[in-house]
Order: sequence, then structure tokens, then C-alpha cells
Amino acid sequence: MTTHPTLAVLARYADGGPGLDDAAVWSVEVHLETCADCRARLAGSTTGPTRALLERVAAGLDRGIAAGPPPQPVRRPWSALHRRWLVWALLPWLTMTAGVLGCALLLDSLQTALPSLVLLLAPVAPLPGVAVAWSRRADPAWELIAGTPATGLTMLLRRTAAVLGVVVPLLALAGAGTGASLALVLLPALTCTAATIALGGLTGVRRAAIAVGAVWAGAVVLPGIADAELPVVLRPGSIPLWALATAALVAVAGARVGDYRRLSSYN
Amino acid sequence: MNVEITDLTRRFGRVRAVAGVSLQAGPGVLGLLGPNGAGKTTLLRTLATVISPSSGRIRLLGRDPGAHRQRREIRRRLGYVPQNLGYYPGFTVVEFVEYFALLKEMPPATVSRAVASTVERVGLGDKATAKLRTLSGGMLRRVAIAQGIVNEPELLLLDEPTAGLDPELRVEFRALLRELGQRATVVVSTHLVEDVGSACARVALMDRGRVVFHGTPAELSARAEGTNAAGDAPLERGYSAVLAESRS
Repeated sequence: MTTHPTLAVLARYADGGPGLDDAAVWSVEVHLETCADCRARLAGSTTGPTRALLERVAAGLDRGIAAGPPPQPVRRPWSALHRRWLVWALLPWLTMTAGVLGCALLLDSLQTALPSLVLLLAPVAPLPGVAVAWSRRADPAWELIAGTPATGLTMLLRRTAAVLGVVVPLLALAGAGTGASLALVLLPALTCTAATIALGGLTGVRRAAIAVGAVWAGAVVLPGIADAELPVVLRPGSIPLWALATAALVAVAGARVGDYRRLSSYN
Repeated sequence: MNVEITDLTRRFGRVRAVAGVSLQAGPGVLGLLGPNGAGKTTLLRTLATVISPSSGRIRLLGRDPGAHRQRREIRRRLGYVPQNLGYYPGFTVVEFVEYFALLKEMPPATVSRAVASTVERVGLGDKATAKLRTLSGGMLRRVAIAQGIVNEPELLLLDEPTAGLDPELRVEFRALLRELGQRATVVVSTHLVEDVGSACARVALMDRGRVVFHGTPAELSARAEGTNAAGDAPLERGYSAVLAESRS
């Protein structure tokens, strides 16, 4: 039924359908399922005996509910819900990260004279994803989200964890292909991610990611390739220092929790 | 007072979008009127804690939004409906409103019931499971309003909420505004003076980043007396008279 049933039809329906054939009753029921206004009109069309019956049923239900166990809070899978859009926003960046690591692995196997490109690139591999996850350009509802109490360091860390959940296994796979220590592949990546978050409280996460990436490229990647030698910071002896740096940067970010005011490119 | 603004300024580069605004608002509906570019949206975004002021002082619901913990408390009690609703097209109406109920840190046990009643309240009960991408502009406005009021906010900020609504829905929305204003402070930005006349107890008129009038709609209408201000209704004439006076 595409039009609203008349009051007379609703009244007959409320009385049990005298004068209405099965098709008309069915049409009214289908319409009532989707029309709140007509449901309200139907409630007003009920006769005295029907209303009394409904009240007795409602009273019985209330008594049953009161006597029964308290309702269990419904736990919605909201983490899955809220990440659904994030998956699509991050997909191109994470695909690119996987592609770059794959190429680095291929070059490692072809060009043995150079230091491992996987090791050189692994520390900055999570940064594009982290920058996108905390960017107003990637989140269509950023303005609404920015005015909610959930916005801040906790949300940034949750989104970063979503990125790391994809990038860390990729790095582990690529690292295994090079034969390098897993700690040497993952710890610098965690340190650079923590540095981006810590610096992001001051400059915005996107700018922080660019700055950390640029510093890493200028100070480690390019000299490493130019000298055809693995830089000191990526040799096994540096692992404890990376662990300490990660812990220190996480502590800095935690101490400046108030700086992560809103979801935006700048802060 | 739930909103206390003192000498608030917000700059974007060299442009001062809000230039030394001082304003107070208690429970009830405050209409923020003004021409395009007057600074209404910037002021509302600042009140919504989406952007920070360049200078000046704000207290919202008796708290300082510059302090982390207090800002979080404010945001729990805040409803914000921006001018342009950014949304996730694949979410249903219920999922979207529920998402924001959870982001507003409502107790999880209360969320389902609050979402269902809010969706009914804005007249979207029969579209509860519809994907947002399938809704009309007017329906999306109602979704925006639903996420704004789902937490029964003590401070509700609405930016051009009636834009895109047909006349029948505008009338319904004004009734909803009056109802909300009985329990909360509602600040509604609009350039439609009829919204102010029918729903707002007080009105602030902004022009070029400043508040050039603050009073009741009747007082705004009275400002047109003895002038040749243009307009079809007393409020419109008052609006035109105040703007002309502030620019002269």
C-alpha cells in the first residue's frame, strides 16, 4: 500500500477486520510496519474492550519483567563498527606500504652490495598510515568527532594500533626474508611511530610524520646507500637504545595528553 | 550561565573571523543571526571545542575548555550539529547515531534505548535501518540533529539547522528547538530571521566578526522603528536597521 489507510479502514482493522478482505488486511499490516504515523492513528482507533485487553497484557508484561532477572547490557561490536570506514580510508596507503616493502625485499635479493633496503625503510613504513588515520581529509565526520570526548590521544592510539596491526605483520614477513633480527626490524618502526605521535601533539600528526620521515631519510637512508654500508643505528647493538627511545617517547606523549585536542591535520 | 564568552577572537592568518566577542547565555534558545561571513560558524566551532580561540576567555557549563579534563566533561554534555554533515555513507541511521552516542561516552547499557528514542524523535523511525547514502538532504539534516541530541546535551550548538528542510519540517524543528530549550542552553546559528522569531528567547546579531546586537526578538524588531530599514517583517526590518547602523 503506497497511500495511508483511511481512519475508517484503520478502525475496522482495529475491530478485527470486519468488512475487510484478506488482501486489505495484509496491505494495512504491511503499511503499519513502516508508518509510525498510522501506528499512532491505529492506537487511537482501538475500542474500549481492545484497549482494556491491551492494558491487561501490558500490566502482565510489566509484572513479568519486574519479577525476572535484570536485562543484560547489550555489548555492541563498536570497535568493528567504528573501524569500518577506517579500513577503506587506509586501504590505498597500506597497499602502497606493502608494495614498497615488497620492492625493497626484491631489491635486497637482487642487489647484495647495498645495505638491506627493508631495514632502511622499515622504521618509516607505518608513518603514512598513522598520518592518514589522524587526518580530517580521511575522515568525513571529522568535525562531529572533534567535538566528542573520545577525541584525543586515546583515539589516536587506537587508530595507530589499527595501522600497526597491518604493518607489523608485513614488516615481520619482509624482515624474515632478509634474515635480520625481528627486533631490529620492528623496534625502529615503533620508535618512529612513537616519535610521530609525541611530536604530533605540537605540530599535528601529519606534519610530524613528514618531519620524522624526512629526518630518517636524510640522516640514515641516504648516507647508508651512499656509503653502501648499514648505518650504526641499524646494527644489532642498537636494539636496547631503540627500546629505551620508544619507552621515552611514549612517556612524552602520555605526559602531554592534553595537546591532542581534536582530529585534524594540525593538532 | 552555561556559556560565558569574554573578548573572544579567532584569527585565520590575517583574517579575524571573530573579533572580540563577549556573550553570555543561560538555559533557553539563543539565536545567532547574521549575514554570510559574519563569523557565526567560527564562533560555534569554537564553542564546540572543534577549534581553539586565538585570544579571549570561554567558560562552558561552568568549565574551562582549555583544560584537558574539563574539556572532556564539556564534550560529554555537548551536542553539536555542524552546517555540513560529514558522514559515512555505508552506515545506517541507527549505526551512525549509536557511534556518536558511544563517542560521547554514554553508558553502553543506555545507548540502544537512547538511540531508538532519538531516531523516533526526529521522525526517522521508519528509516532506522536505511543506509545514509540512500537518504535525502532533509533526512540527513535530521540524522545530524539526532546525533546532536542523543546524549540529552546541556549545551546544544546548531549551525544552520533548518537549511535544506522543507517548510513543514522547519515548523516541526522549531517546535523541537523550543522543547530542547526548556532543559538546555541551545545556540542556533541561522540567517533565517523567521527561525529566530518563532523559536528563540534571545538573539545575538553578528556582523564582521562582532556582536552588534544582543537582546530579545521584540527588542530587535523595535530597532526598526523610525527608520526606513528594508524587510517584509518587523524582525527583518530590525535586522536590517541594526546592520545598517553598525556599518555606518
